[in-house]
Amino acid sequence: MPATPFEVEVVRRDFPILATQVRDKKLCYLDNAASTQKPRAVIDRLQEFYSRENANIHRGVHHLGELATDAYHDARKTVAKFLNAKSDKQVIFTRGTTESINLVAASWGRANLQKGDQILLTAMEHHANIVPWQLIAEQTGAVIKIIPTNDRAELDLDTYDQLLGERTRILAVCHISNSLGTLNPIKEIIAKAKAMGAITLVDGAQGAPHLGADVQDLNCDFYAFSGHKIYGPTGIGILYGNQEIMENMPPYQGGGDMIQRVSFEKTTYKGLPERFEAGTPNIAGAAGLAAAIKYLDQFNRSDIKAHESEVLEYALGQLGDIDGITLYTQAAARTGVASFNLNGVHAHDIATILDREGVAVRAGNHCTQPLMKTLGVPATARASFAIYNTKEEVDTLVASIIKARQLFL
Amino acid sequence: MSDDLEDLYQDIILDHNRRPRNYREMVDSSHNAEGVNPLCGDEITVYLKLLDDKIEDISFKGQGCAISQASASLMTEIIKGLGLPEMRTQSDILQKLLSAEEDNPNALFEYGNLAALSGVRKFPARIKCASLAWHALEAALKGKTSITTEDD
Repeated sequence: MPATPFEVEVVRRDFPILATQVRDKKLCYLDNAASTQKPRAVIDRLQEFYSRENANIHRGVHHLGELATDAYHDARKTVAKFLNAKSDKQVIFTRGTTESINLVAASWGRANLQKGDQILLTAMEHHANIVPWQLIAEQTGAVIKIIPTNDRAELDLDTYDQLLGERTRILAVCHISNSLGTLNPIKEIIAKAKAMGAITLVDGAQGAPHLGADVQDLNCDFYAFSGHKIYGPTGIGILYGNQEIMENMPPYQGGGDMIQRVSFEKTTYKGLPERFEAGTPNIAGAAGLAAAIKYLDQFNRSDIKAHESEVLEYALGQLGDIDGITLYTQAAARTGVASFNLNGVHAHDIATILDREGVAVRAGNHCTQPLMKTLGVPATARASFAIYNTKEEVDTLVASIIKARQLFL
Repeated sequence: MSDDLEDLYQDIILDHNRRPRNYREMVDSSHNAEGVNPLCGDEITVYLKLLDDKIEDISFKGQGCAISQASASLMTEIIKGLGLPEMRTQSDILQKLLSAEEDNPNALFEYGNLAALSGVRKFPARIKCASLAWHALEAALKGKTSITTEDD
């Protein structure tokens, strides 16, 4: 099927919420790194599932049970294709990126990490890619090492080379920084880690929506992302994993659906992917996520990238021209995020004033307190972009920031 | 600029944010505690010198948004020299102002500068900013060294 031509005004009409007003102002939604809005196709899919297909999966011999099971399996196939995974067995449904990373840290970590082993993270990780490793490090005696950033908030690759050693067991790195938009050279750093015998995990919460992910090309062992940041529902996420590694990992949670046979003497577990999906999963969420991926897939990926890049570069240029602004998004390779502060006005006050103009941005530490410490600021304001954002919205953002500055002058 | 915003960022608030009063560390404090709002990163340490249940001296230090800075600054100005019961009365007034139990304009007038914080009530997400310094004050009086807004 030929790709749908990408026209942002047409795309905007696919997202019902974008037509709503905030008080008497037009909504200008620039908090997409926190959560994206949903196209009609996703909203309709959820309604259709609950209206016509809802039942539990893998249980009933009845008609609805079959429909629900088919919807769930089809969703897994859609995600596997999106990631270019070799097999859909490698795709585990989770609640989101956070649970995906916790699964690897707890299951792989407990079975494989020993005292003195090293876990390599970067200075720009989200708390979701820090805290699970701290928990497992505490239990196993493994040590966490941090790849620092340079003054443009890019990874310091020379130090990375020095940190990488025989005791490095895992490299866990974000595809794109959620706070700053720095796009990391993950293919290159994954290759180096693998050459040293380490396994690799990519936090793709920001990467999957902006760039997609070809896991075979990246050659990562794990790739995690969240449904709600890629125009799908909340409460559904993905863990892609290397089949051989996952087959040797113990279960993460126990319960129904993940077992072969249970007795009080001995329980045996199913293979992939069910082994890591204890209990009734978020079936409608999986169907909704598949609808979101299909929605995105109607466009050429390069058209989406070109549009998003044009809006971001325009935003960085316009923001940079405002008196008293500091831009923290400085990396040469960047995607989706403009992070800034305005001299004399706290980020939180900016966000409140912008909200009254209908502009939604995030203010705070963006769940990256260590990175904020590196930047030497307690908080930043962050405008983050999606496929439906426009240059006109950037103009609204800039005009609102100038109003904020006038109020505080 | 909307009326709500003007109510929130009144001149008194902007002034206290720009030139916070009693903004200093107190090395010989009898009580001090840090108040942290982990959601937005605001951190304020309140220092007290308590003598015979009277607030002889009070100061604060830290960083945060205009509302949390101004609220802390106003607090130090208002309760310096008060006995503990009078201090608690002021604390109750602030709670009333923030929870919209008191919106009689005459009553607001009686509350003096503290009434400048009444605009915060229209911004539910910002109420924690306005009460942060007061929570830190209570924590200090209870002998705690820190408190976060996520504890309540």
